[in-house]
Amino acid sequence: GRCRGVPAMDLFGDLRRMNKRQLYYQVLNFAMIVSSALMIWKGLIVITGSESPIVVVLSGSMEPAFHRGDLLFLTNFHDDPIRAGEIVVFKVEGRDIPIVHRVIKIHEKENGNIKFLTKGDNNEVDDRGLYKEGQNWLEKKDVVGRARGFLPYVGMVTIIMNDYPKFKYALLAVMGAYVLLKRES
Amino acid sequence: LRKNVEDFTGPRGRSDLGFVTFDVTADILKRRHGIFDWNVKQLFLYLSAEYSTKNNALNQVVLWDKIMLRGDNPRLFLKDMKSKYFFFDDGNGLKGNRNITLTLSWNVVPNAGILPLVTGSGHVSVPFPDIYETTKSY
Repeated sequence: GRCRGVPAMDLFGDLRRMNKRQLYYQVLNFAMIVSSALMIWKGLIVITGSESPIVVVLSGSMEPAFHRGDLLFLTNFHDDPIRAGEIVVFKVEGRDIPIVHRVIKIHEKENGNIKFLTKGDNNEVDDRGLYKEGQNWLEKKDVVGRARGFLPYVGMVTIIMNDYPKFKYALLAVMGAYVLLKRES
Repeated sequence: LRKNVEDFTGPRGRSDLGFVTFDVTADILKRRHGIFDWNVKQLFLYLSAEYSTKNNALNQVVLWDKIMLRGDNPRLFLKDMKSKYFFFDDGNGLKGNRNITLTLSWNVVPNAGILPLVTGSGHVSVPFPDIYETTKSY
């Protein structure tokens, strides 16, 4: 078959001429790519112990360290103690959005039970206003992970896709078209 | 790294509130190339107090923090600083507590990469007095 790029009119001709077997083959190729990506993601969840090993920073409450759009890599090892100064990602009970802030106070009992308070570097006050009604402390179960590494700007793509769904569909359409029409020489 | 502290506790209903004033002298550039290499965007410095009480085996409270950007003066020379945040205990464990350890630590924030947490060498042990102070104002 041909291996070089073809002009647009020829593409549609190709589609019609592609027999069923070739189409199924391309779809399977596509499914394999998607499955591999999912497996890598699940693998990361297992290795890091965190339900969400990579998060995107959504607000400016940790500036100037992290800005909206930065990517954070988390671990959530069970035996890792929570200590003052660490950057944790947590979820308030009942809310979906994870928050990335710093631990500023901990009180830990002998049996390992710990309660702690967080605050964004760029905020004037601690996070008590963000917690649930009547909740004054966070516990281990609220933690999604600890920030271990970070990459600037890379997460912006996710934010754009969330804010402009048309962009997300366009991107998916382009990716789908590319994979379906790409032919192995 | 040197710290001098003067402190007292005030009665505040159910929990002890500690007041600490301190001096900090630190030279972050001690090592040959210093800690600010090409991949360090900033340091998040914080002074934390660590102690044990009857109620809790381990307590840590951040008293003060500062962001030091690459390019800022790496020498810290602070005198008579008051703690930036309220030093509440979970209970009454500050009164008469002889062993509160103050340590200066920092979080290295790179331009990209790992986020290490470093504890400075040199820490100061501070005792709180046995009685509540009611005359001093803060």
